[in-house]
Amino acid sequence: MRRRRILPGFNLSLGYSLTYLGLIVLLPLAALAWKASGLGLEGLIGLLRVPRTLAALKLSFGGATLAAAINVVVGLLVAWVLVRYRFPGRRLFDAIVDLPFALPTAVAGIALTALYAPNGWIGQWLAALGIKVAYTPWGVLVAMVFVGFPFVVRTLQPVLETLEHDVEEAAETLGARRWQIFLKVILPMLVPTLLTGFALALARAVGEYGSVIFIAGNIPMKSEIAPLLIVQSLEQFDYAGAAALGAAMLAFSFVLLLAITLLQRWSHRWSESTP
Amino acid sequence: MTLELTRINRRFSDYPALNDVSLSIAPGEFLALLGPSGSGKTTLLRILAGLDYPESGRVEFNGKDFLAAAPRERNVGLVFQHYALFRHLTVAENVAFGLRVRSRRMRPKRAEIDARVEQLLKRVQLDGFGKRYPSQLSGGQRQRVALARALAVEPDLLLLDEPFGALDAQVRVALRRWLRRLHEELGLTTVFVTHDQEEALELADRIAVMNRGRIEQVGTPREIYQRPATPFVCEFIGKANRLALRREDERFVAGGWTFAADPWMGEHAQAIAYVRPEHLTLSTEPVPGAWRARLRHVYLAGSVAHLELDVAALDHALEADIAGEDLARMGLHAGDGLYVSPSHAVIFPLDRDGRPIAGDRWLWRAGMATTPTRLPLRRSEVELDAHRVDGGIQR
Repeated sequence: MRRRRILPGFNLSLGYSLTYLGLIVLLPLAALAWKASGLGLEGLIGLLRVPRTLAALKLSFGGATLAAAINVVVGLLVAWVLVRYRFPGRRLFDAIVDLPFALPTAVAGIALTALYAPNGWIGQWLAALGIKVAYTPWGVLVAMVFVGFPFVVRTLQPVLETLEHDVEEAAETLGARRWQIFLKVILPMLVPTLLTGFALALARAVGEYGSVIFIAGNIPMKSEIAPLLIVQSLEQFDYAGAAALGAAMLAFSFVLLLAITLLQRWSHRWSESTP
Repeated sequence: MTLELTRINRRFSDYPALNDVSLSIAPGEFLALLGPSGSGKTTLLRILAGLDYPESGRVEFNGKDFLAAAPRERNVGLVFQHYALFRHLTVAENVAFGLRVRSRRMRPKRAEIDARVEQLLKRVQLDGFGKRYPSQLSGGQRQRVALARALAVEPDLLLLDEPFGALDAQVRVALRRWLRRLHEELGLTTVFVTHDQEEALELADRIAVMNRGRIEQVGTPREIYQRPATPFVCEFIGKANRLALRREDERFVAGGWTFAADPWMGEHAQAIAYVRPEHLTLSTEPVPGAWRARLRHVYLAGSVAHLELDVAALDHALEADIAGEDLARMGLHAGDGLYVSPSHAVIFPLDRDGRPIAGDRWLWRAGMATTPTRLPLRRSEVELDAHRVDGGIQR
């Protein structure tokens, strides 16, 4: 007997999905690759060897990775508090988590700059300690943490909510201490979800433009991110150069996300689907 | 290794989950906590495991204060209804968990742990499954892993919370027998929570029947079934026909049938009697004093036939069980007229408002002496029963 599917017309729905994916995602990417190919492989390598480009790519990917890592730790804490504790204002707190999603990135960038500038609310105290955030790579990191934060919390929350309490109690009666319950029981079950959150936060931070350029100060070789270089190329009508840089970022992101997916699948090996 | 619970009280926001519960569990005993949902049986088990604490009362194990110890210090093995296995760990890692989390000083050597895991998996008939994940096992297998995991720490007390509740009927019966054998081999003091009376009657050495946070009766399965202490126990364990009795002179009557004598010497005007379906005697010939009944329906369930009888003199139908062969011999069919009389009954006196009076009952038997003697319940029963059943009457 043929298996009944929920959506009618498998061929139709598959065709529709693939066409849609092609038009919305693959076509622009193909155009990007095509445009970049105008430069030739040598031109591309030459472009990527420019120290300024290299520095920008390093900042973009390094900053995004560090920001995603920070978000995983802080996001886990926040999600834990939101799910496990009942306190007045919890719902309000919960709603605030989404704000970085909703705020126009330029607004976020300006607000962060105002806060962290040497004469800002936070910046003046940090300046007194000799720490400069705005107009340095640290500013880039702050903006990247800000925009990526909701991803980790929102991916973790539903998983934390469905975590069985039984399992923790079982561990407790078996003699596990609290830190052992966390490290040996809860954390391993959250790792796949934490990786998903990490990947989302990372992708968002790599591509972030609006909020970063305000706080970064955009000093070449120091606090300049790769997307800014692309915009600058475009302003100089160097379309091929912009496309090449874009394609390089895309390829690097793809490899990174693929690696995370593989890691995630390995960490999820105990789930139902494995034979 | 006696486990002694004394006057335990536990309140949840607005209702008492446990109300003055006392219970004593002997070393090596297999005790079932039996009751409907919400009767407090799981709460009692969780208190023993250290996952919940009472507002008042004491729990002593071997004379030591159990409530002062953290769950991890109590050395109990707990098995949950929904297994609660660590799904990110293999079967072998699950079983080894309790040993691996020990401090370095207490932890056995790795080879020793492996050997013990293997031995336990063999014991629960899962050797060769060590490398699998829980998601690759059936429900019955998962529950056996949970049991092996609980046994790995060599507990002094094994607690089982509806361990077969999530399994289907066949697996449940097979696992039940297996668990009974395992208990006989290990001799571990075991407390077992269930709402399934059949399970409790078959498995347990003793049963504590719970209702609304109280223990109604503690006794062997036989005692619980044959000499129920309260109306609740009569209704909850097995099936029973409930009859309203009125006192007439020196006897109690129900629809023309006379329960000879009045053990309460005219103290109570009303009583209720519970008669098990197998304690109704049927006859096609007239019997003096018996109820006239009409057979409404026969449910033949294998070797036993359940008969539904309309009795004009009583306000409701009676259910009688007879052996399938007897049914064939008597040649009974729906619509036939019959004479029905009880052979045994448990009778509880009622106060003026129609409520049963706690602690008094009369085990009636057809043909017993006209003046029954009042006897106290067995001493152990009185001691163990938190809900005192003081002066029962029996022959």
